[in-house]
Amino acid sequence: MPAASKAVAVSPAAAVPVPGATAEIVTFRPPLRPVLERVGEMARHVAGIVLPPLIVIGLSLLVWQLLCSEPGARLPPPTKVVSDAWDFIVDPFYDNGGIDKGAFWQITKSLGRVGIGFSFAAVVGVALGVLIGQSTWAMRGLDPIFQVLRTVPPLAWLPLSLAGFRHSDPSALFVIFITSIWPIIINTSVGVRNIPQDYRNVAAVIRLSWWEVFWKITLPATVPYIFTGLRIGVGLSWLAIVAAEMLIGGVGIGFFIWDAWNSSRISDIIVALAYIGIVGFLLDKLIATIGHFVSHGVAAQ
Amino acid sequence: MTQPYLKFEQIGMRFRRGQMSTEVLRDIDLIINKGEFVSLIGHSGCGKSTLLNILGGLLQSTTGEVFLEGKVVDEPGPDRAIVFQNHSLLPWLTVYGNVAIAVDKVFGKTKSKEERHDWVMHNLELVQMAQAKDKRPHEVSGGMKQRVGIARALAMQPKVLLMDEPFGALDALTRAHLQDSVMEIHARLGNTVMMITHDVDEAVLLSDRVVMMTNGPSATIGEILEIGLPRPRRRLELATDAEYARCRAAVLEFLYARHRVPVRAAA
Ligand SMILES: Nc1ncnc2c1ncn2[C@@H]1O[C@H](COP(=O)(O)OP(=O)(O)OP(=O)(O)O)[C@@H](O)[C@H]1O
Ligand SMILES: [Mg+2]
Repeated sequence: MPAASKAVAVSPAAAVPVPGATAEIVTFRPPLRPVLERVGEMARHVAGIVLPPLIVIGLSLLVWQLLCSEPGARLPPPTKVVSDAWDFIVDPFYDNGGIDKGAFWQITKSLGRVGIGFSFAAVVGVALGVLIGQSTWAMRGLDPIFQVLRTVPPLAWLPLSLAGFRHSDPSALFVIFITSIWPIIINTSVGVRNIPQDYRNVAAVIRLSWWEVFWKITLPATVPYIFTGLRIGVGLSWLAIVAAEMLIGGVGIGFFIWDAWNSSRISDIIVALAYIGIVGFLLDKLIATIGHFVSHGVAAQ
Repeated sequence: MTQPYLKFEQIGMRFRRGQMSTEVLRDIDLIINKGEFVSLIGHSGCGKSTLLNILGGLLQSTTGEVFLEGKVVDEPGPDRAIVFQNHSLLPWLTVYGNVAIAVDKVFGKTKSKEERHDWVMHNLELVQMAQAKDKRPHEVSGGMKQRVGIARALAMQPKVLLMDEPFGALDALTRAHLQDSVMEIHARLGNTVMMITHDVDEAVLLSDRVVMMTNGPSATIGEILEIGLPRPRRRLELATDAEYARCRAAVLEFLYARHRVPVRAAA
């Protein structure tokens, strides 16, 4: 508590009015204590957030290391993962042609597919959601269908889309699209239905046109719901793309894992899994952050 | 013969829910003069909001018509701006934006961009909210939200200002403060106002006339009390005023002695 005791020593001096003499000291010193204290407080706060996961991760790695160190273990321990996959970890940008590319290129390719498929799903999903939300009849008719379709696992769509598109790339995009669109539609339509009657009354009193109601009331009032749907959707697309890529082949983190399995590069698989998890987490945070800003803090982060 | 400014003629209202049908309002006849401040008081559920919403055009009466300056009211419009009980500000707009959305729509064709900006600011100043113009509704207090709601309604330059329990959700001090603001604005602008309230003091303090409604179902106007108190009125002086006490007693008597138990017509 050095900062606090110093402050006690300082404050009587500051309290004595010395005309025209210590103005500088009086204005400068008091903030010093809060700053020091605040830095300490912040450090403690950050430590409180960062330390527990670090400890848990450390312990898990240790247990893993112990379990997998004995001869005959089927999975490599962390140290071996790092040494085996060292090239893959340190140089994410290598490109040896074909599908032999670094982690960066693999992930970028997968992200690109998610970006395209998910964007389509977002636009179509929000549009459909708004339409369905406006009409009780459409809601009653379509909702049961959506509730059934949304439970179909992503990969179950793949054979059908391959049959339809005859090429693997558009099929993968379609799988992402069809996987992520349901939560977007459903959340958007629920959002539209939940717009408070008050907002509609306000719109009616100032006589907004249909189009103005859509832009100025419906859409902004639904934004928090839309982003809930988008968050679920982006998570599902990331799940779907990794699985779909395993089947369609080519560059992409999903097929990379499959390829690594076929060549028994277990360590590469483990590193790739870590990357997939981190990217998925970042995607979720990205959508949540955009939602937070677009909804002016109403959508939860 | 001069045409009445605002006239309710034989208003009746029935709500149907499936086979069930309840008559909420019956035989409402009322004439309100220009610049008059009229309060509507009655027990909960008697149909005050229903009547106000019929005037606001948000509901269609089953029978009868409302005439404003001789024209039938049949849809909502800015000439009958409403201050809602729960402020109903749009949370994604700032305080300024909430007033501007109405001003831009109502005066989009008749005022320039600059004039509209000035008009928004003028109305925010009227309710003393100009300094908080960039805040969002969730960042200001309940009383401040209600002020913005009033500014939004006033900014439409309505022929009649409708207020549905505008201060119902506020604490007593904030409420008194806003009542003073409303009296001041009414004195300055001379709006015609129709206000719903549950508060007897509020009704007597603010109104030129208090319209007292009988209990539902089939509620109608039971009595109309003229408040002869001179303006400007000051709440402190009125506390000991004999006429104020008489009006207050009359409303209380109506509400709690004569219409305490819902009157049911023998069927
Ligand atoms: N849309 C509706 N459908 C069916 N009944 C309704 C509807 N709106 C109101 N009512 C009924 O009409 C009656 C009057 O409602 P209203 O909201 O006008 O009362 P109120 O006098 O404003 O009450 P409060 O003081 O509690 O606000 C109530 O019994 C209510 O249940
Ligand atoms: Mg009401």
